[in-house]
Amino acid sequence: MSPDPLLSVRELTKHYPITKGVLKSEVGRVKAVDGISFDVAAGETLGLVGESGCGKSTAATSLLRLEDPTGGAVVFDGEDITDYDDTELKRFRRRAQMMFQDPSSSFDPRMSVGESVAEPLAIHGMRDRGRRRRIVENLLERVGLAATDFDRYPHEFSGGQKQRIALARALVLNPDLVVADEPVSALDVSIQAEIISLMRELQAEFGLAIVFISHDLGVVREVCDRVAVMYLGEIVEVADTETLFEDPQHPYTRALISSIPTPDPSRRGQRVELTGDVPSPSNPPTGCRFHTRCPEVIQPEQFDLDQTEWRRVLDLRLRIDDDVDVDDVRTFLVAEGDAETPEEVGEDAVKRELRREFDIPATLSDPDADAILSNGLSALVAGDDQAARRTLDDAFSTVCEQTHPVLESTPQGSTAACHLVDEGVPIDPPANDD
Amino acid sequence: MTDPLLSVRNLHVQFNTDEGVVRAVDGVSFDVKRGETVCVVGESGSGKTVACESITRLLPMPPGEIADGEILFDGEDLTDASEKRLESIRGGRIAHVFQNPQSALNPVYPVGAQIVEAIRLHRDVSKQAARDRAIDLLDRVGIPEATARIDDYPHEFSGGMKQRVVIAMALSADPDLLIADEPTTALDVTIQAQILRLLHDLQDEFDMSIVFVTHDLGVVAEIADRVVVMYAGKVMETGSVYDVFDRPSHPYTQALLDCLPGQGESMRPIGGTLPDPKRPPAGCRFHPRCPHATADCRAGDHPEPLTVDAGHEAACVYYGPGYDSSVIRGGSASESRVADGGAAVADPDDGHDSSGGDAR
Repeated sequence: MSPDPLLSVRELTKHYPITKGVLKSEVGRVKAVDGISFDVAAGETLGLVGESGCGKSTAATSLLRLEDPTGGAVVFDGEDITDYDDTELKRFRRRAQMMFQDPSSSFDPRMSVGESVAEPLAIHGMRDRGRRRRIVENLLERVGLAATDFDRYPHEFSGGQKQRIALARALVLNPDLVVADEPVSALDVSIQAEIISLMRELQAEFGLAIVFISHDLGVVREVCDRVAVMYLGEIVEVADTETLFEDPQHPYTRALISSIPTPDPSRRGQRVELTGDVPSPSNPPTGCRFHTRCPEVIQPEQFDLDQTEWRRVLDLRLRIDDDVDVDDVRTFLVAEGDAETPEEVGEDAVKRELRREFDIPATLSDPDADAILSNGLSALVAGDDQAARRTLDDAFSTVCEQTHPVLESTPQGSTAACHLVDEGVPIDPPANDD
Repeated sequence: MTDPLLSVRNLHVQFNTDEGVVRAVDGVSFDVKRGETVCVVGESGSGKTVACESITRLLPMPPGEIADGEILFDGEDLTDASEKRLESIRGGRIAHVFQNPQSALNPVYPVGAQIVEAIRLHRDVSKQAARDRAIDLLDRVGIPEATARIDDYPHEFSGGMKQRVVIAMALSADPDLLIADEPTTALDVTIQAQILRLLHDLQDEFDMSIVFVTHDLGVVAEIADRVVVMYAGKVMETGSVYDVFDRPSHPYTQALLDCLPGQGESMRPIGGTLPDPKRPPAGCRFHPRCPHATADCRAGDHPEPLTVDAGHEAACVYYGPGYDSSVIRGGSASESRVADGGAAVADPDDGHDSSGGDAR
């Protein structure tokens, strides 16, 4: 890694207050970005990946100060831009540009595309209209359009062409850094390929550093030198692109990689599937934020459960407060025709239905665990929620929800924040014992 | 079982505009058997959505017009059917799921009310019975705690959950055929995987056929039994999913596969652009972008579908008499992609991989 990165982000946070009432008193915070750090060298492409709601876009807008970050530092070419005043910020923006996902909404429909692309030049003090036009015409040709397109309007272009124009606008000031937020996600696969290869060419030509934000790891693999994987406002793994794809260390990364559709019908159905959606960043899970969905969540030492069963038991335990309502289950069973009235539904039927709802088999592979689960469910059906929770919490707790893992280097040369890594628990190829 | 459930024969759909006639679908034929998933794949503007929306005439007509061809659904020609007849089929025996779940749900009604409405439109059942069925459907599409969530509004669901609700609504009348138009394109890859799995499970459970429209060949490989590749209003290749992926036979299919990102090899854009739908090129519609185009490709009509193997057809002159199809089936078109000249292709053995190893 080069000694002086172009961009160095340290512990960047962006919290949005949740307010209530006329006095707007703060009742909570949406922790969209919660302490992320990464470096981008000049000319390098860093991928920022994760699902919707992981804070990727907030990270992008905060690091360019399109929104003011709540905390942390963003050092660009040796200076911390979070201290900048308006004049300095304007100077910084000349060197750092952004490109957005939706090409239709990022252009003013009443301005010709030439005017839109030339606008940054005018803002940064180029008064000579003729010169602006020459530069833009040149650039339009460079991104694969015609100089005569200068006077046409956005609606006359297809999505892919508009994204070419957006690229021209991002490059017109000859910046050092472009932050591209899902630049190809709204495009067809064939058009994606064109825009990606164009970006690669231009990057080499202009010596650009790119922060490339995407939820699609396939695209990331094509364009990025290094990748940072984000989950719920945090970075969970950083690695060189090839290392990340060949030997992913974090279970979240593995799940993301395995959900890329592959054009090979014989490999159908061999995916790690993530259940559920990203939890709300206003109240992120304790410990490792991914433990509520992690397929590889660590089980307590005293049990020897099949991993899938363990995941489902944990699902039931974690969702017992919000999502499990015994009365609803009774109503459902009546609707299914199992009984006439909710009161008639027997305890066993409710327990069976609860297991079915969470895909837990009628008996678990570990008899001790099964006995505890059965006791917990009985307490729940009897209406003693507290006892049920206590029973299940005592037995089925995991290190993943108690301790927050920190980013540590792995033998593979990447950094990952996962207890499986720092406990030296062997992951696919046995990890060395440090 | 021998008759297909849906048989689209020589379908022509056109739009009469001030600037001329746009032949969006220009002689398309395909069959969908019972219990089968057929993927219609192509770029934006290939006519795949127009073809599928013509089946139940969801497409506004005018400006659209079915100029020729027939759509046989369970033996009945839907192109002749009255509007009243179509209304009972739409959402009944043929259901649709669209790309954007946001716009398929009414934001001011709870999702349950919308599903109940769909059920009662096609079945004479009491409100309570419909509601029970709605809960059952939400449960089957994997909405946790369906009983509690039935009275929630669409904005209280995430994108993936909304798409599940839309699928539940489509299933409300036990359709025989589900037409899903890019149902996962607006979703994250992780959620996309969940929805694809769900559709696959539901297909077995409800014993229905699915027509799945997408531009993403990765998704096709995941879900299809058979594949119909469309380009500029024409069918370029049809075959079983294994035929099409193991032996992509039309240069366009090969080009589409080459531009998939993240497969470890370098991806290659197709180059060029879709032809103007008002003035499609003479001959093969793909010839201006095709690395193998010959003089025969540039004149006359679009090639007829020709047999590659049993059940596998490609509309390409190379499968006709006097041509050596190994030229394009060598697996790699990259060497000659830039050259717009004739069939003079580099030695196929010189190709960079061996995936199309049947070069003889």
